[in-house]
Amino acid sequence: MSYDKPKFHHPLLKKNKVGYIKTDYEGVISTLCAGCGHDSISGAIVQACYEISLEPHRLAKLSGIGCSSKTPTYFLSNSHGFNSVHGRMPSITTGANMANRDLIYLGVSGDGDTASIGMGQFVHAIRRNLNMVYIVMNNGCYGLTKGQDSATADFGSVSKAGSDNPYQAIDLAGLALELNATFVGRSFSGDKTQLVPMIKAAMAHPGFAFLDVISPCVTFNNNAGSTKSYSHVREHIESTSIFDFVPKEEEITIDYPEGESAELELFDGSKIQLSKLAPDWNPTDRFSAVNRLHASKARGQILTGLLYINTDSKDLHGKLNTVDKPLNKLTQEELCPGSEALEKVNASFR
Amino acid sequence: MKPTNINDPEYFHKVVDCQYACPAHTPVPEYIRLIAAQRYTEAYMINWESNVFPGVLGRTCDRPCEPACRRGRVEEEPVAICRLKRVAADNKGEVKSLMPQGPFTPNGKKIALIGGGPASLTVARDLAPLGYELHLYDEWKKGGGMMRTQIPAFRLPEEVLDEEVNYILDMGIHTHFNTYVESMKEILEKDYDVVFVGTGAPRGRALKLPGYEEAKANIQIGIEYLANVAFEHTDKIGEKVIVLGGGNTAMDCCRTSKRLGGKDVTVVVRSPRKDMKASPWEIEDAEREDIVILNNMPPKEFVVENGKLKGVIFGKVRAEYAENGKRTLIPTGEPDVFIEADDVIIAIGQDNAFPWIERDLGIEFGKWDIPVLDKTTFQSTLPKVFFGGDAAFGPENVITAVAHGHHAAISIDLFCNEKNLMDRPPPMTNLVSQKMGIHEWTYDNYIAIDPRYQVPHEDKSISLKDRKIEVELGFDEKVGFKEAQRCLNCDVQTVFETNLCIECDACTDVCPTDCITFTKNGEEEELRTRLNAPALNLSQDLYISDVLPTKRVMIKDEDVCLHCGLCAERCPTAAWDMKKYLYNTPKTYNFNETGSCCK
Ligand SMILES: Cc1cc2nc3c(=O)[nH]c(=O)nc-3n(C[C@H](O)[C@H](O)[C@H](O)COP(=O)(O)OP(=O)(O)OC[C@H]3O[C@@H](n4cnc5c(N)ncnc54)[C@H](O)[C@@H]3O)c2cc1C
Ligand SMILES: Cc1ncc(C[n+]2csc(CCOP(=O)(O)OP(=O)(O)O)c2C)c(N)n1
Ligand code: SF4
Ligand code: SF4
Ligand code: SF4
Ligand SMILES: [Mg+2]
Repeated sequence: MSYDKPKFHHPLLKKNKVGYIKTDYEGVISTLCAGCGHDSISGAIVQACYEISLEPHRLAKLSGIGCSSKTPTYFLSNSHGFNSVHGRMPSITTGANMANRDLIYLGVSGDGDTASIGMGQFVHAIRRNLNMVYIVMNNGCYGLTKGQDSATADFGSVSKAGSDNPYQAIDLAGLALELNATFVGRSFSGDKTQLVPMIKAAMAHPGFAFLDVISPCVTFNNNAGSTKSYSHVREHIESTSIFDFVPKEEEITIDYPEGESAELELFDGSKIQLSKLAPDWNPTDRFSAVNRLHASKARGQILTGLLYINTDSKDLHGKLNTVDKPLNKLTQEELCPGSEALEKVNASFR
Repeated sequence: MKPTNINDPEYFHKVVDCQYACPAHTPVPEYIRLIAAQRYTEAYMINWESNVFPGVLGRTCDRPCEPACRRGRVEEEPVAICRLKRVAADNKGEVKSLMPQGPFTPNGKKIALIGGGPASLTVARDLAPLGYELHLYDEWKKGGGMMRTQIPAFRLPEEVLDEEVNYILDMGIHTHFNTYVESMKEILEKDYDVVFVGTGAPRGRALKLPGYEEAKANIQIGIEYLANVAFEHTDKIGEKVIVLGGGNTAMDCCRTSKRLGGKDVTVVVRSPRKDMKASPWEIEDAEREDIVILNNMPPKEFVVENGKLKGVIFGKVRAEYAENGKRTLIPTGEPDVFIEADDVIIAIGQDNAFPWIERDLGIEFGKWDIPVLDKTTFQSTLPKVFFGGDAAFGPENVITAVAHGHHAAISIDLFCNEKNLMDRPPPMTNLVSQKMGIHEWTYDNYIAIDPRYQVPHEDKSISLKDRKIEVELGFDEKVGFKEAQRCLNCDVQTVFETNLCIECDACTDVCPTDCITFTKNGEEEELRTRLNAPALNLSQDLYISDVLPTKRVMIKDEDVCLHCGLCAERCPTAAWDMKKYLYNTPKTYNFNETGSCCK
C-alpha cells in the first residue's frame, strides 16, 4: 500500500498564470476506498483551481465529518483548512467568512453531514446567502459509518444488504431552490467535463453557490438496485445544458448553435456560456428550474448541469453592510474610536 | 485506433525501454531488483545468459540502454544500468556450477569459428552445450578479440576478461591461438559443417597527409598502437603526443599515452565537440586526466625537421548544417595552427578487411568490402558460412557482437539440423501478477526523486602511473543498492481489463504523471493532442482499451509512466493489475533445463 504519492509529475505540464502546475494543487494521497466518487470530485477541484490560476493561500476549505468531509486533505495542501464537527461546517464557515471576507470559502460536506445532522445549519447558510461554495458529495449513504441509508437515498433504492428504502428522499438541489439559493447546480463525480467548469463558476459567484454532486460509494452503495451507483447514474443522467465557464478577459472559444445558447455575465466580469439542452428551461428563472427538476424526477431521470443562477446576488456582507476591509484586519483604532465617538453615539439615542 | 494487442510479445517488451534498447535484450529491471536484494549471483546469471560478459560489459559497455532509460525522461539522468551490472559481477559468488556442465554428448557436427572476439565466443557458448565440436581460431595468443587487444587494462582488468573468456573456453572449445587464418578456401576444405566468421573490423584507417612518408617512424595507427601496448610490444611514447580523431579509440589512445610517458597529450578533432563520436563519459574521463581536446581543426600536414616528426599543422573550420542535417566544414579563414609533437596517433576509424577470404568461393561482398548477409540469419551467400560481430556490418561494440552471436548460433543449429533458417524460435515470455494482497506488491513500488550516484574513481596520481590500474572503482554494495532503487521496474506492466472497469476515474486522478485518459477514440495523431498530458514522444506507444460502456476508451501514454502501481492500488475493481513481464530472446537451448539459470 502506498502512503505517499511520487513527487514526479509529467515533464510537460504547463504553468498557469500564477506560476503553478496542476500538481501544486494536489493534496496527500487519498485514504478513501479505491474508486470512491469523492476522489474524482477532489480531482475536479484540483483541476478547477489550477485552471482559474487560484493562489492557494486565497482559499479556505472547510468540512464536517464523513468520508466526503475527509477529502480536503486530498486536495489543495497549500490552502487553509478546517475540519469541523459533524454537520457544523456551515456555522464555522459563517464565522470565518464574517471575520475575513477576503478568502474564497469552499465547504465540503456529505449527504449525511448536510441532509441529516447538519440540515439546520445548511438551510440558514442558504437563507443568509453566505458567500461560499457548498459541495455535497452525495452518495445516498453514510459511507464513513459503513453505509447506512442517508436522507438523500431515493425511495425504493436497494441497499447493499438488499432492503428497499421506505422513506422519501430529500432532494438537496430542490430544497436549495425552494430556499432561494442564488446558485444551484447538480453534477456527477464521473463527469469532469461538466463538473470542472461548474466549480469554477461557483467560485466566481458572489453568494451561496450550492453543488449537489452525485458521488457513488463504491463500497456500500454501488450495488444493483441502488440509484446512486455508477451504472444507474450513467444510464439516467440528463443535463440542462452544455456548460462552460469563461474567466474575465478571456475569449469565448466554444461556438454553440444559434438560439440555444445563452451567456450570463457574473459579478466579477467572468461569464457562463451555455447551450441549452432542456426545453422550457431558463437558468435565471427559478420556476423553470423547479419545473425541470420535477419533470426529470418524474421520468426517473437525474437532471444535472447548472439549474439556477441569480446574477444579482447580494451576499451576507452586502446584507449586513459591513465594511470592505476584512473584520480581522481592523485595527484597535478603527474598532475603538475612543470615548468621544462613544459619547456621540450615546447622544444620538438620547 | 485499434485496441492494443498485448499478446504481441513485442508490445510490453517495448515498454521495458532498457531491455528493448539492449541489442541482446538483457532483462535489466529483473537483475537490478536482484542486486537490490543482494542476490548478486542470480543477477549475474541473468546477465550471463543474455550478454555472456557481465563483468566486461559492466565496465565497458556502450550502454545503449541508458539513453533509453525511463528515469532519464522524468529526471536528469538514467539509472546507471551498466555500473550496476558490475556490482553483480564484483559481488557474485561461485557461478561456474550454474553454467552448463560438460562434457557434452557430441552431436557429430564440427564448426570453425574464425576470430576469438565476443561474437565467436558467444556462438561457442550457445552451441557447446548442444554437443557441437567447436574450433576457435585467433591470431593472438589468447581469446577475447578486441576486448583484449583494444580495450585498455585501466578500463578492463585482464583478470575480469580472462575469467569470462575462460567460462566459455572451459566448455570444451578447441582453441587454435597464434593462428592467423590465411585462406578461407583451406578452412572450407576441412571437414567443418559450418564456418562462422567473427574476425571483427581489424583495419585502422591511415591519413596520408603531406610529410607522412618522412614522419612515418613516429606515426602510428590507433588500433595497432593499442594492440601493441596490450601485448607489451610497446611500453613508451614521446612526451608530446597528438591523437587525431574524436571517437572512443582516440580516447583510449590518449589515455594510454598518458600512462606511457606522454606529458602533453592533445586530441585534435576536425569536427565540433557535439559531433564527436566518443561517448560523453569517455570524453569526461580523458579530460579528467588533463588531456586537452581541440575541436574544429582538421590536420593539414605533418611537419618534419631533420628527418624527424616535429608536429602537425591544423586548419580552422566551423560546421554548417544543411536542412537535411548534412554537415560541411567551412574554413574560417583564421591562420593555421602548428602543434608540436614527438608522436602522432591516428584514430579516425576502422574498416572491415577480409584479405584472407578468396573471392571465388561463392561468398559475395558488397559495398566497402562488407559481406552480403541475410540480416536475420547472418548467413552469407555461401550457405555454410555465417558472419557476426564487427565482421558482419562494420564496427559496432561488444554487446552488438554478442547479440549477433546469439542469432548466428540459432541459425547454425537450424542449418545443421536441416531446418528452415527462417523458422526461428519465439521469445520466451511470461506475464504474472505481482499482487500479494490488497495493495501489496512483490516489488518496491515507491518512486522517489533521487539523482544518479557517481562511481568513485582511483586517485589520478595513482592510476596514471600504471596502465593496468583500473580507474573506475565501481559502486560499493551500499551505493549499489541506492542506485538499484532508482530503477522504475518498467517490466512490471500496467495491464488493463476493459470489462472490469466501471469508469470511476480513480486511476486518472491518482496517476502522478497523468498517463491515463478516458476519452472518445480517434486517430493516433489527433488522439495524442487531447490526452490529459501532452503525448509528444512518438517513440512511445499509446495503450488503447476496447470500447467501454460510455463509448469511450482508456488510453494510456506509456511515455512517462512510473510503474508506481498507484492506478492499480486505486482501482476498485482490479481493472488495472501490475504484472511482471519477463521476455527472453530465444537461445539455442533452454537455460533452465541445463541448470544454469537461477532458481
Ligand atoms: C580502441 C577500441 C576501444 C573499444 N572499446 C569498446 C568498449 O569500451 N566497449 C565496447 O562495447 N566496444 C568497444 N570497442 C569495440 C569492440 O571491441 C568491438 O566491437 C568488438 O570487440 C567486436 O567483436 P567481434 O567479435 O566482432 O570481433 P573482435 O573483437 O574484433 O575480434 C576479432 C578477432 O579476430 C582476429 N582475427 C581477425 N582476422 C583473423 C584471421 N584471419 N585469423 C585469425 N584471427 C583473426 C582479430 O585479431 C581479433 O582478435 C572498442 C574498439 C576499439 C577499437
Ligand atoms: C455528532 C456525530 N454524530 C454522528 C457521527 C457518526 N458519523 C460519522 S460520519 C457519519 C455520516 C457521514 O455521512 P456523509 O456525510 O454522507 O458522508 P460520507 O461518508 O457518505 O461521505 C456519521 C453519522 C459523528 N461523527 N458525529
Ligand atoms: S466508504 Fe464509500 S464514501 Fe467512504 S471512502 Fe469508501 S467508497 Fe467512498
Ligand atoms: S503505474 Fe499507473 S499510476 Fe503509476 S505512473 Fe503508471 S499509469 Fe500512472
Ligand atoms: S480506477 Fe479502475 S475502474 Fe476506475 S476508471 Fe480506472 S480502471 Fe476503471
Ligand atoms: Mg454520504
